[in-house]
Amino acid sequence: MTYDVAVVGAGVIGGLISRELSRYDIKVALLEKCNDVAMGTTKANSAIVHGGFDAMPGTLKAQMNVKGTVLMPELCEKLSVPYKNNGSLVVAFSDDEMEHVRQLYDRGVKNKVPGLSVIGRDKLRSIEPEISPEAVGALLCESAGIVCPYELTIAAVENAVENGVEFIRNCEVKAVNSVGGKYVLETTAGEIETSFVINAAGNFSDDLAGMVGDTSFKIIPRKGEYYLLDKSVGNLAVHTVFQCPNEMGKGILVTPTVDGNLLIGPTAVNIDDKSDTDTTPEGLDEILEKALKSIPAVSVRNAITSFAGVRSHPDTDDFIIGWSCAADRFLNVAGIESPGLSSAPAIALRVCEILSEKLSMPEKPDFKDTRKPPVRFRHLNDEQREELIRQNSAYGRIVCRCETITEGEIIDAVRAPAGARDVDGVKRRTRAGMGRCQGGFCSGKVVEILSRELGIPMNEVTKFGGGSKIIYERTK
Amino acid sequence: MLNYELVVVGGGPAGMAAALEAKDNGVEKIIILERAQTLGGILEQCIHTGFGLHYFGEELSGPEYAGRFIDLLEKTDIEVKTDTMVLDIASDNTVTAVNNKDGLLRIKTKAVVLAMGCRERPRGALSIAGSRCSGIMTAGTAQKYVNIEGYMPGHEVVILGSGDIGLIMARRMTLEGAKVKMVCELMPYSGGLTRNIVQCLEDFGIPLKLSCTVVATHGKDRLEGVTIAKVGADLKPIPGTEEYVPCDTLLLSVGLIPENELSKNTGLALDRVTNGPSVDEYRETERAGVFACGNVLQVHDLVDYVTEESQIAGKGAAKYIKGEKISSECAETHGEGGVRYIVPQRINIKTDSDVKLYFRVGAVFENAKIVVECDGAELLSKKKKKLTPGEMEYVTLKQAVISQLPAGSVITVRVEA
Repeated sequence: MTYDVAVVGAGVIGGLISRELSRYDIKVALLEKCNDVAMGTTKANSAIVHGGFDAMPGTLKAQMNVKGTVLMPELCEKLSVPYKNNGSLVVAFSDDEMEHVRQLYDRGVKNKVPGLSVIGRDKLRSIEPEISPEAVGALLCESAGIVCPYELTIAAVENAVENGVEFIRNCEVKAVNSVGGKYVLETTAGEIETSFVINAAGNFSDDLAGMVGDTSFKIIPRKGEYYLLDKSVGNLAVHTVFQCPNEMGKGILVTPTVDGNLLIGPTAVNIDDKSDTDTTPEGLDEILEKALKSIPAVSVRNAITSFAGVRSHPDTDDFIIGWSCAADRFLNVAGIESPGLSSAPAIALRVCEILSEKLSMPEKPDFKDTRKPPVRFRHLNDEQREELIRQNSAYGRIVCRCETITEGEIIDAVRAPAGARDVDGVKRRTRAGMGRCQGGFCSGKVVEILSRELGIPMNEVTKFGGGSKIIYERTK
Repeated sequence: MLNYELVVVGGGPAGMAAALEAKDNGVEKIIILERAQTLGGILEQCIHTGFGLHYFGEELSGPEYAGRFIDLLEKTDIEVKTDTMVLDIASDNTVTAVNNKDGLLRIKTKAVVLAMGCRERPRGALSIAGSRCSGIMTAGTAQKYVNIEGYMPGHEVVILGSGDIGLIMARRMTLEGAKVKMVCELMPYSGGLTRNIVQCLEDFGIPLKLSCTVVATHGKDRLEGVTIAKVGADLKPIPGTEEYVPCDTLLLSVGLIPENELSKNTGLALDRVTNGPSVDEYRETERAGVFACGNVLQVHDLVDYVTEESQIAGKGAAKYIKGEKISSECAETHGEGGVRYIVPQRINIKTDSDVKLYFRVGAVFENAKIVVECDGAELLSKKKKKLTPGEMEYVTLKQAVISQLPAGSVITVRVEA
């Protein structure tokens, strides 16, 4: 296979870059080492669209964040991805912290963040009713919002594939060879020839850069653990509630999610193993303790799951977006830690600009910039539901009881461009198994549908690809 | 819009018994809406025996027990729609349901029986640290894979929680050739029936580790092992007691939660202990004409008691439909001193029958006395050799006694050691 561009890594960065590249009449492949998109940092982060007041003025982080946050609502609308402009608060618990809040305000103004104000105790209480009585004031950022990062990635890749990008899963790059003005990538899915490589390999981007002799940066994996709480307590926070940041990040936040759950976390611990997403007793205790400081009504009695993600902290401290110093058609998009999700739409545009310096990119006349909205039975009224079931009776069978997800929606998720191939893939696309029972009732049914749709035996269906088998041989 | 006298939500043992009883008591048009493809509820996957000893006086398997009621249903004109999920019960009790044949169904009805059963508490509710690998599932999910689908969910098994499904699955997995290494139970006692501990663990030499829990799971793709630890009186792991146990499967049997999403959406408040609606002696909820029975009301130990309770609800619904149900001032019930809850939560003092008060205790008691009082006066007492949290208990209040109670009085049940 020969491509003009191979994007390595199908996280939110690689996904949005691919979608942006699919505007142009060039041959693009999106390579992903896992069984699905959004399997790394993208599926386990705070899901926040930050205002952009944290990053130091002049840094790429500051530029990309402010621009990305402006682009995000329209992008989400085009891709039919839920986005909510709920605003954020950095809460101060002392006069010292109030001083810190004012510094963040000044920095935000320098970064040209719209909608910033410093508010006192009473205003804070009136807009965030469950906030701790210990809170003395806050920085309010009206432009901040929330978005589901894996849904955004799934939608972006779906749209990219519809526009001609080839998505290749289970394709881990093992070596990059420069042969006659092209790169030949040795991958677990065979050899792939490409003129340009875009390194969006997340936590492994330094390893990939190393394959072309580029050792200009190092990724320091930084783990963050989270609790996800039930929808019944999803309204404990209105805004995304931060505490004052420290040198390891923005601290523990309490935020609603676009799906109506409550998310608390993350911790920030540097680790050695880039793929270590285990939660720890200490981490989970720390989250709860610190979240209680912001919103005392939070309780892990309502926890439905806990998880951990690994941030891509670069030793250079800023995003790395540009041509490699060691290979002339190898473009690094690395060290995209927070505010990476917020910055992603701007990063995708920036990458296209840089790439166009060396590659002729004529626009495609027939580029479709919208994704067809997926069916969401739970959001329809009775008339719409009736009509839908008339068209396709599979929408009349509820598979996931907790989230009211129909068989039709699950089939759609599998058949979609770059569709689901495993149980977790169905879960991220439809929410089947994401509710209170966490798949207790429906996981067997989802396995059955995947088996039928993919034409494989039930015991070959996995939770998330690789060796994540769910069931083994037939019983005696 | 369809018209019925009674809609029963759920076609497990509770729904079937309630519908049959309502029929026997003269209700004409009854429909059962069941979300699975068959009637029988969870009994369909419970292929072990032990059902029916109280109700039928013989030992049946789950499908046999359910089959008796399915046979009875077939002899009536009670309608059944399977593969049908109820989405909503409006404030006028109009039921909206959906299936893939009829599309949306809107049903006007005089009364509703809620019989949705319960679900298992998932891993997330436990906050076990570790990875999100495959191989961790509830005991009931594993039971379905083995008994219904016919697949092995794993080969080296650790079970967390000694609830009855966990105990049953310890034996089931062993019989299928898996190695069940241990059952860990957080509490210093088992939450399951004594007979299951003997027949499912002791007979197979499977150790039951009390005051022990799983503190971490290990494995990138599939589970490779768990770390267990002893817990102290505060139920927190004791540092230094951790032990690594290699296994590819962790089954969870850590409690059942009544499946009350529909009840909540329709505006019924739930009892904080049972997680079920609050009901009177005929299992009528706070909403007139809406009844609840079976595991959606309280998690039962034996299906025989589910049947008994559902017949009470079916009778109550029939009385309501015919305008014969007594709604008088009530006495409240309240559990104390080791009694965690009581169902029913209130009794119409002008009720037309004796009333059994069902409850569970919060700890193990030996040679104890159950005392029922009202406003300081003892109504009755009963000696018990042993009371355990895994087994439901009851005391019966005579109608003659109830009719003497003042309106608004509180009936307390407590255990004296």
